Amino acid sequence: MRIINRTPSRRTAFLLGFLPFAATVLVYAVASHYRRLDNPADKLLPSLDSMAAAFWRMATVPDRRSGDLLLWVDTVDSLWRLGMGMTVSTTLALVLGIAIGFIPHIRSALAPYLATFSLIPPITILPILFITFGLGEASKIALIVVGTAPVMIRATAQAVLDIPREMIIKAETLGASVWQMVTRLVLPQILPRLITALRLGLVPAWIFLISAEAIASTTGLGYRIFLVRRYLAMDIILPYVVWITLLAFVLDRLLLLLSRRAFRWHHLEGEAL
Amino acid sequence: MTSAGTPRVAVKNLSKSYGEAPILERVNLDIDAGCFCTIVGASGCGKSTFLRMLLSQERPTQGDILLDGQSLPDEPTPDRGIVFQKYSVFPHLTVWENLILARELEQASLTGRLFGRARKSARESIDGLLDRIGLKAAADRYPAQLSGGMQQRLAIAQALSKQPQVLLLDEPFGALDPGIRVDMHDLLLSLWHEENMTIFMVTHDIHEAFKLGTRLLVFDKIRHDPQAPEAYGATVTYDLPLSHDKTGGPELPGDVIEILRTAP
Repeated sequence: MRIINRTPSRRTAFLLGFLPFAATVLVYAVASHYRRLDNPADKLLPSLDSMAAAFWRMATVPDRRSGDLLLWVDTVDSLWRLGMGMTVSTTLALVLGIAIGFIPHIRSALAPYLATFSLIPPITILPILFITFGLGEASKIALIVVGTAPVMIRATAQAVLDIPREMIIKAETLGASVWQMVTRLVLPQILPRLITALRLGLVPAWIFLISAEAIASTTGLGYRIFLVRRYLAMDIILPYVVWITLLAFVLDRLLLLLSRRAFRWHHLEGEAL
Repeated sequence: MTSAGTPRVAVKNLSKSYGEAPILERVNLDIDAGCFCTIVGASGCGKSTFLRMLLSQERPTQGDILLDGQSLPDEPTPDRGIVFQKYSVFPHLTVWENLILARELEQASLTGRLFGRARKSARESIDGLLDRIGLKAAADRYPAQLSGGMQQRLAIAQALSKQPQVLLLDEPFGALDPGIRVDMHDLLLSLWHEENMTIFMVTHDIHEAFKLGTRLLVFDKIRHDPQAPEAYGATVTYDLPLSHDKTGGPELPGDVIEILRTAP
């Protein structure tokens, strides 16, 4: 049978998916081992043991100066900023996306502006945000919003435009008002696409969060890895990177699960990644 | 009911062009209430455009369409129901939710949604209809879980939920198997007899057009410029009354057969 027609069983699929992860850890362990044979005090590729120990210390031993469990303080602060930013972005995407996608006059007024605005590299706005909002939480959340909202609004507006015209006409012949079409037709149809936009928006959101924290912050996952960089503390940086990745992965899967549970009709037609 | 003498639908000197290209020209028709009008013609002859104008989805370039003596509204309204070839039902609603939607929109102007007892009674009210269209067992399924024929039965039933005076069908059975089509024809004819509505149906299938219609309209170009095939639009070239109690096939002018043979 041709290779395109062979599909792996569930178990094989799981093992195949696991393989690249195991290979990465293995390659790292071997490389680290040989570096430390040359120089036992090597900081560049610390052993898996020492990374686990450092991570455990961050998670369970209170910091000497502040008395905080740093990992959890960093995680909570970062997730709060991320959550606030994405809440604002999602709300904007929903309201403006539907307005732009559904009402031609609003589309004419806002679509070119939005297309232009979304091309501003968000990180160039960061100094402006720091100057206007100060160095506190507001400027970090604002950066996430500036970085993710334009694309999410455009994706949502496109989702509205992608609703077949036939359905909107059918709704009109069933006597629906514009508001009713929004609540009964447009909103339910785009919510799964909004979740997709949110999942894709989370990728740049993490970048902007870490960047903002690296530049001006006193807590947060991004702040921490840039702080310990000064001591070449790879045994903290590497587990933090893995931790951030894990958080991002779990968030993504939770959103996918939500979409599958809440919008079963949307997932009947094809498999989504 | 319309007053005697006023046709349900009157088409007056209708023309439609997209930019420079004329699609339809000089279409004049009077359609009486209760007529089942089937529309055939080659691809690109404007029959679907004609239907979209009857629906107010598009505006005529010239001329006018009157419904009961009044000009058509500028946008689709509940007095004209529509069934498209696809995308006619709402994929995010189950079968029964699709069928009660019109009632929900009417009774709950703000949310467009009924709750509790009102929702339950709406569901009970469509019980007979579900039986009628053979979807009782599938009432809780989403359209993506239905066959093509079931989807179109649902679409027709949904289009009738506002009891439109005029029902427009744009190749509703074009994607269905021949065996399924026969069932659909029976359903459609019995609904037409009951509801006493006027039907316009665009189809590619000439047998379907003869079997269902009481009046057959053939759209074709009558003027041809070989140097510029797009120079002229189509119009109604044959307007044949059909009667349903005949036994054999009807007499057809040879060139109508020719037109229809070239249709895909």
